[in-house]
Amino acid sequence: MNFPKGKLIAIMGLSGCGKTTLLRHIGGALRPTKGYVKVDGQVIHELDQDGLYRMRRKMGMLFQFGALFTDMTVFDNVAFQMREHTDLPEEIIHDLVLMKLHAVGLRSTYNLMPSELSGGMARRVALARAVALDPMLIMYDEPFAGLDPISLTVVGDLIRRLNDALGATSIVVTHDVQESLKIVDYVYFMANGVIVAEGTPDEIRASDRDFVHQFVHGEMDGPVPFHYPGGDYRQDLNL
Amino acid sequence: MPAAKTFKVIGHRTINAVWRIGMAVRFFFLTLMYSGSSFRRFHLTVKELFSTGVMSLIIIIVAGLFVGMVLGLQGYETLKRYGSESALGSMVALSLVRELGPVVAALLFASRAGSAMTAEIGLMKATEQISAMEMMAVNPIARIVAPRFWAGVISMPLLAAMFSAVGVFGGYLVGVVQIGVDEGSFWSQMQAAVDFRDDILNGVIKSFVFGTAVTVIALFEGYDAPPTAEGVSGATTRTVVTSSLVILMLDFVLTAIMFRGN
Repeated sequence: MNFPKGKLIAIMGLSGCGKTTLLRHIGGALRPTKGYVKVDGQVIHELDQDGLYRMRRKMGMLFQFGALFTDMTVFDNVAFQMREHTDLPEEIIHDLVLMKLHAVGLRSTYNLMPSELSGGMARRVALARAVALDPMLIMYDEPFAGLDPISLTVVGDLIRRLNDALGATSIVVTHDVQESLKIVDYVYFMANGVIVAEGTPDEIRASDRDFVHQFVHGEMDGPVPFHYPGGDYRQDLNL
Repeated sequence: MPAAKTFKVIGHRTINAVWRIGMAVRFFFLTLMYSGSSFRRFHLTVKELFSTGVMSLIIIIVAGLFVGMVLGLQGYETLKRYGSESALGSMVALSLVRELGPVVAALLFASRAGSAMTAEIGLMKATEQISAMEMMAVNPIARIVAPRFWAGVISMPLLAAMFSAVGVFGGYLVGVVQIGVDEGSFWSQMQAAVDFRDDILNGVIKSFVFGTAVTVIALFEGYDAPPTAEGVSGATTRTVVTSSLVILMLDFVLTAIMFRGN
């Protein structure tokens, strides 16, 4: 897989096919048994802890349900990395945090606790936190899961706009075919840990490959069976 | 082959237990290794001191008062048989500073603060907050675990001292105020009998050791908890059970070392 600079790329596939595992490899949370992940010219699994942490400062990640720190306010969540990794004075951090929150449309929520936010708002705050240090690589783990249609469009639009504004590379792991095809530049389809199809959104929509067709159009019948593989039905019912 | 199966299960559990002990010891040393930021940014530790120490004060004070009052009653009844009621003060104080203060305060600390630490860290893990911190290039052991560890280690001796002080007051209330033991002999006997090094210092050492053990167990269980509701609940239970047993076991070992022949 290649993720060129400035591109927004989606990784799609069924649950358990290895999408999140791939993100964990890119972030250095897992070591590959074979192969390698190279980011900004460096092989991730060969880095020591300090090197890995230096690399992670150039990355941002949005977790599936935001993973906001529940004992901190929205402001402190977004300011977290700035306080940990920079010597910026508090006045500058204040302005930067408000700018990040403004970019996701939630400037006025800075004083709220994560428990006071809706699912969509929490996701947007997490997005502001993920881009707090202007990363070169942003990873999104199921950013559309559980969102209402309005939040879904807002988050999708923000992902695209932030990627373009920062000149970053973004990787979106998602099940949401329709929303992601609207915003991404390129798509990889995965099944059982390997790439089964790839292409631009138009190529994917027009694809006649059975797996891609079934996935994009949400069909029950196809290469992915409805029933979990098992023994004979009649035998299980003792008929 | 039930015998072979039983042998296999015992072997598996033994290996698992040894593995977990090894992991806990490694976790303890990692915590010590990454403790620098707990002191450089002491406000993180102070915040945890509030939630572990200050928030445990009520239960410690109330329990200490009642334990002291019971000691006063029971001690008086026993000493009266030998005509030594005047020794009530020394009996109450020695029982508290040597044993009951450190042990009961540590058991209460494990139930109140230890279980809270495990649940908090377990839930942080379940909601991916710890993974998020790692992805933000912030070491969770340095940022989350170490401040809580030092807060537990610092607050435990203070809570035990508070428990003992309130317990002595409880003994005074029952022995002197209610029953009528002579106030002068209550305090003077206590002053004469309690030795700073042998009794108070040893009690402080005990509570320091208990605080370290309880906090490490609580933090390790939380950090190692499976990221599910059942996993966090199981880890919280294990914290209280393991901490209680370890406190009692360590108490015996420390008492044998400190007070043998005294």
